[in-house]
Amino acid sequence: MELPRYHRMRRALYRLEGTSCPSCSRRFFPPRAVCPACRKGGLEPFPFSGRGTLYSYTRITQAPRGFASVAPYAVGMVRLEEGPLVSAPLADTDGIDLSIGMPVEMVTRRIHEASENGPIVYGYKFRPRLRPPRQ
Amino acid sequence: MRTARPAGIVGYGAYVPRPRVRASSIAAAWGREAAHLPVREKSVPGLDEDAVTMAIEAARGAVARSGVAPDRIRAVWVGSESKPYAVKPSGTIVAEAIGATPWVSAADLEFACKAGSEAMQAALAFVGSGMADYALGIGMDAAQSKPGDALELTAAAGGAAFLFGPAEEALAVVEATASYVTDTPDFFRRQHLHYPEHGHRFTGEPSYFAHSRAASRGLLEGLGRRPADYRWAVFHQPNPKFMRRVAADLGFTEEQIAAGAVVDRIGNTYSGASLLGLAAVLDTAREGDRIFFCSYGSGAGSDSFSFVATPRLAAARAAAPSVDDYLENRRAIGDYGEYLRLSRKIRML
Ligand SMILES: [Zn+2]
Repeated sequence: MELPRYHRMRRALYRLEGTSCPSCSRRFFPPRAVCPACRKGGLEPFPFSGRGTLYSYTRITQAPRGFASVAPYAVGMVRLEEGPLVSAPLADTDGIDLSIGMPVEMVTRRIHEASENGPIVYGYKFRPRLRPPRQ
Repeated sequence: MRTARPAGIVGYGAYVPRPRVRASSIAAAWGREAAHLPVREKSVPGLDEDAVTMAIEAARGAVARSGVAPDRIRAVWVGSESKPYAVKPSGTIVAEAIGATPWVSAADLEFACKAGSEAMQAALAFVGSGMADYALGIGMDAAQSKPGDALELTAAAGGAAFLFGPAEEALAVVEATASYVTDTPDFFRRQHLHYPEHGHRFTGEPSYFAHSRAASRGLLEGLGRRPADYRWAVFHQPNPKFMRRVAADLGFTEEQIAAGAVVDRIGNTYSGASLLGLAAVLDTAREGDRIFFCSYGSGAGSDSFSFVATPRLAAARAAAPSVDDYLENRRAIGDYGEYLRLSRKIRML
């Protein structure tokens, strides 16, 4: 990920900050600048809770360039409690039977590291929810 | 030392990563005897974890238990000896991740295993002086140890975060704190080297024991208390033996230290160790319980704290996972090879 884009996206990456439309209160993640329903701008930052359920998942064994050192790993689509569907890497899944509908929660992890002298990219992943469910 | 304005812990959170390696696997790889190992297993960070990601999760727990809006936090201080960057603060990443930016102070503190309690003391002082209402102190490590070194058997990953705030909102009020520091060369790591070295002659008695005892006795004398006045006590825990010996030297019993003896289950989390013990005690303490706390960091020094649990503590617990939730969320690593991979100790030649 290019440094300027990483910097611009940091709130979305680190804490799952999306946007919401003040007119129709639809919520967006990744954040949008314009509401597609109202066709209006002026969307406000919206902090998602990070809680959701697993909508779909798969396990990657043949990883793309730059991710081979962390393979195998799982990726999934998560239905957030607040509505949006997010695709994201899954965390802490070794030895766990993943299932559609299982409760998951957002964690911030190392996502990518292009080289030893470049920046470490941190971002969201989802893991099977720990007890007790966060309030 | 006392604050000008009464202050205390208004939220706390812990973190321990899921992978665990058996000490016997490490011993076997180096041809050591498997009898008399200091711990049964230790925690290891996952491939996508480091001191920053672990600090973020502990900080989220602390904020959740406090109910404080993150943009009211005026300082995020991270104590660690395993910062992911040599130059670039960890505190800014943590502050951004919890939503405390941009009107916040952030910094990384360093004092071997005492860095976490230093961060706590600085956060306490920020609140206690009236400069801020809320300040976060974190101690977190993915501990470094040289392959084959005795420390490799115990050097573990984890830690805790404490949000300090006004005493009226506290889960545990701070009565007083003391610090005791001398220049003692028991353990050090030079720039650009991967692993620390021991100053063998200075290990143990002149360092860990002397400083822990001095900081503890200084605080007890200042408050006019005896160990029996405390329901719980937490010490830095490089291994189960040292922690128990220093507790016994001071007159604390096994019953007082048992709840905070996290080292027995996951090893030594360096800057995180005493803080994780304190978090485990807060998971079980009752209203009115006095809690004694003393850290230790090589170099060398100790910070001691005296806390009293308040009626607010019990109700705040459910808002974040307990230390026990993390201890039970474990996955056994297959062998020493996988441990090396997770610890990023394999270099491609
Ligand atoms: Zn709209």
